[in-house]
Amino acid sequence: MIYMKNDLKSIADELGFKYLSGKNLLNREVTGAYVSDLLSDVVGKAAEGMVWITSQVHINIVAVAFMKDLSAIIVIDEREVEAAVLEKAQEEGVVILSSIMSAFETAGKLYRLLNR
Amino acid sequence: MNADLHIHTCLSPCGDLDMSPGNIIRKARDKGLQVISITDHNSTLNVQVCIELGEENGVFVIPGCEVNTDEEVHCLCYFPNMDAINRFQLYLDSKMRNFEIDTNRFGCQVAVDKNDVIIYEEKRSLFLGISDGIDKLEKVVHELDGIFVPAHIDKLKNSIYSQLGFIPPNLRYDALEISRNITVEKFIRLHPELTNARFLTNSDAHYIEGIGAVCNKLEMKSTDWESFKNAIYG
Repeated sequence: MIYMKNDLKSIADELGFKYLSGKNLLNREVTGAYVSDLLSDVVGKAAEGMVWITSQVHINIVAVAFMKDLSAIIVIDEREVEAAVLEKAQEEGVVILSSIMSAFETAGKLYRLLNR
Repeated sequence: MNADLHIHTCLSPCGDLDMSPGNIIRKARDKGLQVISITDHNSTLNVQVCIELGEENGVFVIPGCEVNTDEEVHCLCYFPNMDAINRFQLYLDSKMRNFEIDTNRFGCQVAVDKNDVIIYEEKRSLFLGISDGIDKLEKVVHELDGIFVPAHIDKLKNSIYSQLGFIPPNLRYDALEISRNITVEKFIRLHPELTNARFLTNSDAHYIEGIGAVCNKLEMKSTDWESFKNAIYG
């Protein structure tokens, strides 16, 4: 059996995600994923080490990812993330990746990758 | 003075067609409301007619709007006069998503005159979020000397808490609206960090019967914007 590393870098490169912040932190292990656009829901249900797939780009996403110890935020559909958000993320050690795919495709491909 | 600062008209897709300016002003007067605000979703096109009818019936109408931001947070915005609201409408037009509404499923969106005659039908969906986020909206409202109030923040949908998890620390809100489902005391118990915030509770009426179901007691010396602003800033 071939052991696949589930670190952020391998995942981002395999699925073509762009690195927007935290390029120095891509060795983080990914334990799973959570998909939601409601930050209140993410605060309640996402768990440490997960990547969070979302269309939200408000600066509050950085605090939520930091607070929940998420391995990264994956912003879908190439939604534009403001420089202020990326700076804050960099400061707080929050990785933000950008996917050109929809939430469905992003999550679907990631699911297959994490479960192989 | 009794003030219900969150009322929808027939311009809102979810507003009842009976919510014509004439009906609203008559109901407000009968309910003993001295001050109301017209706050349709993402549009202000029924404000002027409500102001005029209000003047004829002794109801002070604050020009307003309930904007749905990019994050899908509902925010109440109040403005000093028609000039400000007309400029705000141009802003909304530039940020509105061009998605045609299916009136059979979502309801019509019509602007009317004093006699309830339809003068304009909005084809773009007023229910979708605009393309600006909450922080940009707040700045635009304040640049127009408006008052910015995140709406029904205790609700589990379209509220600042549901969408953004917590109130962004740099957001300059002038007051916070909670729904009639909770009291200020109870809400502060859940959010002690908001002990010093100003709260409003409004009807968020979509039907005639809802108008004035709850209201705020505002300390206003007279029915003008300055008095209103002072009452909000308390």
